[in-house]
Order: sequence, then structure tokens, then C-alpha cells
Amino acid sequence: MVQYTFYFLSFLAILSALMVVVSKNPVHSVLYLIITFFAIAGHYVLMNAQFLAAVHIIVYAGAIMVLFLYVIMMLNLNADVEPHKSKWLKFAATITGGLLMIVLIGALRNVSENAAAGLPGNDIGLVKNLGRVLFNDYALPFEVSSILFLSAMVGAVMLGKKEIK
Amino acid sequence: MFTTAILVKVIIIVSVFAITLVVAMYSTYAERKIAAFFQDRLGPNRAGPYGILQPVADGVKMFMKEEIIPDVSNKFLFIFGPSLAMLTACMTSAVIPWGRGITIGGNFYIMQAADVNIGILYIFGVVSIGVYGIMIGGWASNNKYSLLGALRASSQMISYEIAMGLAIISLIMMSGTLSVRDIAEQQQGFHWNVLYQPLGFLIFLICAFAETNRAPFDLPECETELVGGYHTEYSSMKLGFYLFAEYINMFISSAVISTLYFGGYNMPLIGRFVHDPNWLSMIGTCFLFGKIFFFIFFFMWVRWTLPRFRYDQLMNLGWKVLIPLSILNIFLTGIVMWLNGKLG
Repeated sequence: MVQYTFYFLSFLAILSALMVVVSKNPVHSVLYLIITFFAIAGHYVLMNAQFLAAVHIIVYAGAIMVLFLYVIMMLNLNADVEPHKSKWLKFAATITGGLLMIVLIGALRNVSENAAAGLPGNDIGLVKNLGRVLFNDYALPFEVSSILFLSAMVGAVMLGKKEIK
Repeated sequence: MFTTAILVKVIIIVSVFAITLVVAMYSTYAERKIAAFFQDRLGPNRAGPYGILQPVADGVKMFMKEEIIPDVSNKFLFIFGPSLAMLTACMTSAVIPWGRGITIGGNFYIMQAADVNIGILYIFGVVSIGVYGIMIGGWASNNKYSLLGALRASSQMISYEIAMGLAIISLIMMSGTLSVRDIAEQQQGFHWNVLYQPLGFLIFLICAFAETNRAPFDLPECETELVGGYHTEYSSMKLGFYLFAEYINMFISSAVISTLYFGGYNMPLIGRFVHDPNWLSMIGTCFLFGKIFFFIFFFMWVRWTLPRFRYDQLMNLGWKVLIPLSILNIFLTGIVMWLNGKLG
């Protein structure tokens, strides 16, 4: 049951990820990307990380992609507005992408297949355990990442600020 | 044992859906009757006694109307938009505990579709997905007025989602759990959360009004400024879906408010009169529905009493008043918990 769900979700994730790249209409790309996020959230649930799954949906599908959709709808991009790319550019991009894939396969080839199966306990992803680990063992990285958010916010405010004459 | 458990779950889910739809249907009737009462009119009174069949007549009307799909629009997304709005409206009911639970033949069955330990996050996830129904519908109409209406509606919903989440955080700090059922259980007797979190409740209530696009926040369909908002191009039952989803959202937010802040299915003192646990939980469910109906009435009461906000006022209230207030509320909750020695 779990295995079939895994295959289904993986299929869905890869298919919609491909559609993100392939589809001509940018709005469709965004919608496929949302489906990809849902499939990945499903993977999180399979790994007993319900909290991560919910936060993934709320943050990525619910907030970031809405803003993406916003910008793309406002820009009103169409197939004919898109700048024409030469055939050589596409050719070069395909080869570069293929090389990246070879590097990734080479890097991941020796990873043991059972690494994911050795998760310590079923309740590792529950909010209580996650919070305990996050605020005890990883308190410093957590706070540093919050500073990253703060700097991003300050940057956005600076960009959005009206010019003072 | 296993099959009965599944059967009970199926019965619960089906009846929750049926009740949700019927309540939403009769909310439209109640709204018109209440509006009529507030404006010293009679309201619908032709279809059946006291116009009780009016929602049925409206539904038939919606289905019989001519269905227009704009030629240039993306057909799939055009249909997908209202479907998504309806789907997300119905999905939230899964984590709401409708009662403590009943014992049938020695087995205890909780009256809830799914008691997940991240119930509140689930609600927020579904609410944040709800924006897509409006955005996709507005964009697929291929009409600039629809698109502008969709952007207007979704920016309102996104802005108020933030304050809503922050208001809930202080509640979670107090209760120490994300499960909606546990939060309901903690409010036995008169320990209703509204007494401990009055500010949080107020913020949550205001945000719930904004999230359901109800007056005084009904700017997405503000008829004095707009052609028709994000559903300008919609007709027939697809328009009906959008309108109906609003009523379902209203019912669900009333249920969430009653559960999180008003004790859910708990009622003080009732345990003294009724001792059989099955009957007690049944009566608790009735009380929950009483609270929900009160809040639905409250939604309508506010709609026919207060004038609408202007758009800049709406954004100012959301970003400059509610978000700072909810952060202050988190801060205050932390201080009070610290003074009471509840922080370890």
C-alpha cells in the first residue's frame, strides 16, 4: 500500500515537474509546480513527517506560489511575448542539463538504498519531537535562518520604499 | 470490528458533508430572511410555507440557467476554479470534532472524520489553498475585470491569513497542542478559550470575516465599485458554486470559532443533569450546532449592520493594526504564562 502510494506520488511529482518545464504557458507552469509540491508533501506524510508536510503546503503551495501566480498574472506573459531563443541555445541547454544529470547520478550512485528505511521511530516527524530537536540541538542554525528572513524583509522594504527627495 | 470502524467513518463523513451542504443551503434562506427583518421587509415567502423551499427554487434556477463559457478562456481552468473553491470549502470539516464520541457495542467511535495531531495546520493549509479557486477562476475568464477582481480578493485573503495564523499561535501556546480535538477537550466546564484569549478571539473573528469575503470585508464583490469581481464571466451553477462556497466557508468558520474559542461540544453544568455518556455527547453535538448557528447569525447580523470598508482601509487594518496586535497578543500570552510558571 505504502509502496504503491510512493510510486504514484513519485510519478506525479516527476510528471508535473516535467510539465513545469515543458508547458508553454507560464501560468500552467506555476500550476504544475503546485501539483509537484503537493506530491512532495505526500512523500513527507509517507515518511511520518506530517508537520513538515503541512508546513510545506502552507508555505510553498499556499504562500510562495500564490505570489508567483500573482506576478505572472500581472505580467500577462503569452507565448508570443516570450523572447525567441535560437536553436543553438536550446541545444547547449540540453547538453548542459544532461551533464548535470550525469553528475547527480554519479554522486548518488553509491548512496545506500536502505538509508531512508532506517528512520529512528515512527513519531520522529511529530511536532513535539521536531520542536524539541529544533530548539535544543539546532537552536543556533534556527536563529541564524530567522536573521536571513529578517534581512530579506528589510531588503523588500527598502526596495518598496518611496524615494526620499 | 475493522469493517464497522470503516462503516462508522463513512457514515460520519457522509453525514458531515450532507449537514454542511444543507446548512449552507438554508443559510442563504436565513440570510435573506434576516436581511428582510433588518430592513423591515418580509423576505422570501412564496415558495412553500414561509418561503421554506426558496433555496431549492434557487438551486433549480441556477441549474436551469444558460451556461456561458467565454470563447477565449482556458476551458479546463475555467471549470476547475469554482470546483476548487467548493472542494476547499468542504475539506476543512474533516478535522472538526463534532462531538466527544459514542459507544456502540463496547467500541468507542469519535465523532470526527480524522483526528490528526496537526489539525490546526491542516485547516490553515486548506484555507491557504482556497485562494487558488478564486485566482484560477479570475485568470481563466480572460477578462481584465475578472483578473483585477481575483487579485483584489486574493490579496485580501493572503493579508488576513497572516494575522489569523498569528492569533492562533497564542492559543496554541496556551493549549500546547495542535490537535483540534485536544483543544476542544481542554475547554471543559467554563474554561472556554475566549475568556483567556479575548484579544486573540477578536482578531480571529475579524480575520474569519475577511477570509470568507463577508461584509464588511466583501470587497471582492463590492457592487458599488466593481462590475462583479472575480466571477464576472461566470454563469449558471459555476457562479452558484462560488456563491455557495462562501456559505459553506461561513458554516465552517463558525464551527472553527466555536471549537477553538467557545468550548466546542462542551457545555458547562450539563454533566449534572445527563449521566449517560452517549446522550451527553449527543447533547454536546447539539450545543456545538447551537453555537455554530449563533455565529452564522452573527455573520449575517454584521453584514446587514456595518458598512463596507474602503480597500486602503482594509489593507491598513490588516497589516498595520491586526498583525501588530496579534504579535502583542503572543507577547502578552508569553508573559502571563511565564508569570504563572507554565514555561518550563
